[in-house]
Amino acid sequence: MSATADTPPAVTATAGASIADTGAVPAALLDIRDLHVKVGGQQVLRGISLAIGAGEVHAIMGPNGSGKSTLAHVLAGRPGYEIISGSVSFEGRDLLALAPEQRARAGLFLGFQYPVEIPGVNNAYLLKAALNAARRERALAELDAFEFLAMVRAKIKLMQIDESFLSRGVNEGFSGGEKKRNEILQMLVLEPKLALLDETDSGLDIDALKVVANGINTLRGGQHAIVLVTHYQRMLDYVVPDVVHVLARGRIVRSGDRTLALELEKRGYDWVTEQAAA
Amino acid sequence: MSTPDIDALVNRSYRHGFVTDIESDTVAPGLDEGVVRMISHKKGEPQFLLDWRLRALAHWQRMREPHWAHLRYQPIDYDAISYYSAPKQAKDGPKSLADVDPKLLATYEKLGVPLHERARLAGVAVDAVFDSVSVATTFKERLSAAGVIFCPFSEAVQKHPALLERYLGSVVPYTDNFYATLNSAVFTDGSFVYVPPGVRCPMELSTYFRINAANTGQFERTLIIADAGAYVSYLEGCTAPMRDENQLHAAVVELVALDDAQIKYSTVQNWYPGDEQGRGGIFNFVTKRGECRGRNSRISWTQVETGSAITWKYPSCILRGDNSVGEFYSVATVNNYQQADTGTKMIHIGANTRSTIVSKGISAGHGQNAYRGLVKMLPSAQGARNFTQCDSLLIGKHCGAHTFPYIEVRNPSAIVEHEASTSRISEEQLFYCLQRGIGTEDAVNMIVSGFCRTVFKELPMEFAVEAQNLLAVTLEGAVG
Repeated sequence: MSATADTPPAVTATAGASIADTGAVPAALLDIRDLHVKVGGQQVLRGISLAIGAGEVHAIMGPNGSGKSTLAHVLAGRPGYEIISGSVSFEGRDLLALAPEQRARAGLFLGFQYPVEIPGVNNAYLLKAALNAARRERALAELDAFEFLAMVRAKIKLMQIDESFLSRGVNEGFSGGEKKRNEILQMLVLEPKLALLDETDSGLDIDALKVVANGINTLRGGQHAIVLVTHYQRMLDYVVPDVVHVLARGRIVRSGDRTLALELEKRGYDWVTEQAAA
Repeated sequence: MSTPDIDALVNRSYRHGFVTDIESDTVAPGLDEGVVRMISHKKGEPQFLLDWRLRALAHWQRMREPHWAHLRYQPIDYDAISYYSAPKQAKDGPKSLADVDPKLLATYEKLGVPLHERARLAGVAVDAVFDSVSVATTFKERLSAAGVIFCPFSEAVQKHPALLERYLGSVVPYTDNFYATLNSAVFTDGSFVYVPPGVRCPMELSTYFRINAANTGQFERTLIIADAGAYVSYLEGCTAPMRDENQLHAAVVELVALDDAQIKYSTVQNWYPGDEQGRGGIFNFVTKRGECRGRNSRISWTQVETGSAITWKYPSCILRGDNSVGEFYSVATVNNYQQADTGTKMIHIGANTRSTIVSKGISAGHGQNAYRGLVKMLPSAQGARNFTQCDSLLIGKHCGAHTFPYIEVRNPSAIVEHEASTSRISEEQLFYCLQRGIGTEDAVNMIVSGFCRTVFKELPMEFAVEAQNLLAVTLEGAVG
């Protein structure tokens, strides 16, 4: 990988750990090795290697069609992708062998770019079912309706969402901004080990962006890792990443710290993609 | 309660027209005047009823089976059907739950049917079902204190012949249609309800409480009358999966609402739908009709149809009284090789009559689901309004949904609105739920329940839960 020189210590430190020797070296939370993926007969990921440790915030940037959303979806287990080669371990487990719901219960969360509407299904009902599925997995007692409501109320306030939101249908008739806030609310309730946020910043005005960023920063810290998939760097003004990766044509062409995102903004994606092509 | 009391109560249900004078369980197949006379005689019916049955039979013999519905099935051999099948005596049934098909018991378990009720549904010979009996008793006392009559049809024939003579066939005449006419000739039992003027029935009436409900047979007849200003909510539960071969079930339900009266009729139908290959299952050809005879009266039909191999059913309202209201809320689900052709008819006769139709059809497997609805505004229906919403949900690639709306408006001031949609459970919706850690089956149930929500909220609470569970059982394995 041509970008090794720019790779910060956090990444290289964990890069040596393999799936087999999880015991000795503290393994990365997520370890992607040389991942190749096809969709509709076309290769979209061409050898992605990436390690993310617990508590880290990574940003994955890149032009449209670079494969960054694909990466998030493949990790979440969305059907329709063909994995040609490579491996992904999550807490030492073979992530690609798990069903999507198992990945979710294991603590992997995908914040959708376009959250789908599910008419008639109560927002709170879905969220409670999701939370209790995760709690069962961790051998914790399920929350009843009252405990759940008490727990959700505080987070609703943080996301500046009206409480009536809970009794509405999932994303039903929500504005773009409401949908994104709902995604972050779900993330805060589920407290995932790894949150993949796919273009969560797109379509948000500055006020909504701040609210969403505030929500993300609330999860930050401790053991929670966050991956921000984004086209623009403006989100990174509010959620400052530890590492920035640039994806182009299905490869990570460059990794660096926060300044890489700023430089990208100044010089445009052509700057890195041309380098990669060269 | 002492033991003799319990015995008396339990036995009472068999006394009326059934057990005492019957040698064999079932008469020889085929239908003629002799069979009709035999049925009427066994039930000790008055002359008017026998005459009525005979007129129905004579009419039926000149009728032809209708084939306009979007249904396909092997022809029914009406000469091969036995038209009188007495309830099996307790000793013929399985001796204990251990003798009952475990698959059946698993279904009850999932439905949350109480244990003693499971035994009853499975036809287990239970000497005294204590809870049910005591519940039934207190409930009969409360009803009679309010003046409400609620009894088996055959008991009403004996005790309330005047009411019967006045109302029987007044909504669904014996000439109405092939199946209703057949029913009129050979019906064996059913429910009778009369709520006197100004009385609000103090509880939801349900076949669940009627002790002899388990064996009313395939030709039921139900008649419900709400007198002026009365209110009644009736729940019809057919949650017993039957294991018979393609059995014909041709029931008739008549509702009459007089001035300012209200009848709410809810059904959860789960007759045996046949197996995964489409073998067996009930042919359910049912005529249900209510007449808002009085001013300001209201009739609501709510149905959740998950069973039967074939469903042919159009619970309808005749809105005769001015300002009367008819409602139809329906969820019809087909899976495997089930077929349903169901909907409603709203006949607006009175001025300012209003009707609402909400139909939710769910098709899975190779199921075929048709909504067929008629909205008719007669010249007298000044200012009448109808709103129809008809949504179909498809699960998988081999099922079908069809909509046949018929609209006839003969009054220019009447307003008819019709909305229809067809959708699939999208991969996106499913993946969204999976990504939140919810398993496929739960996710499908959640999405389907959401789709049906506007109908479920019309059901009484405990029924809504049952309906939801029933949907889950029906759609099991619908998404692989």
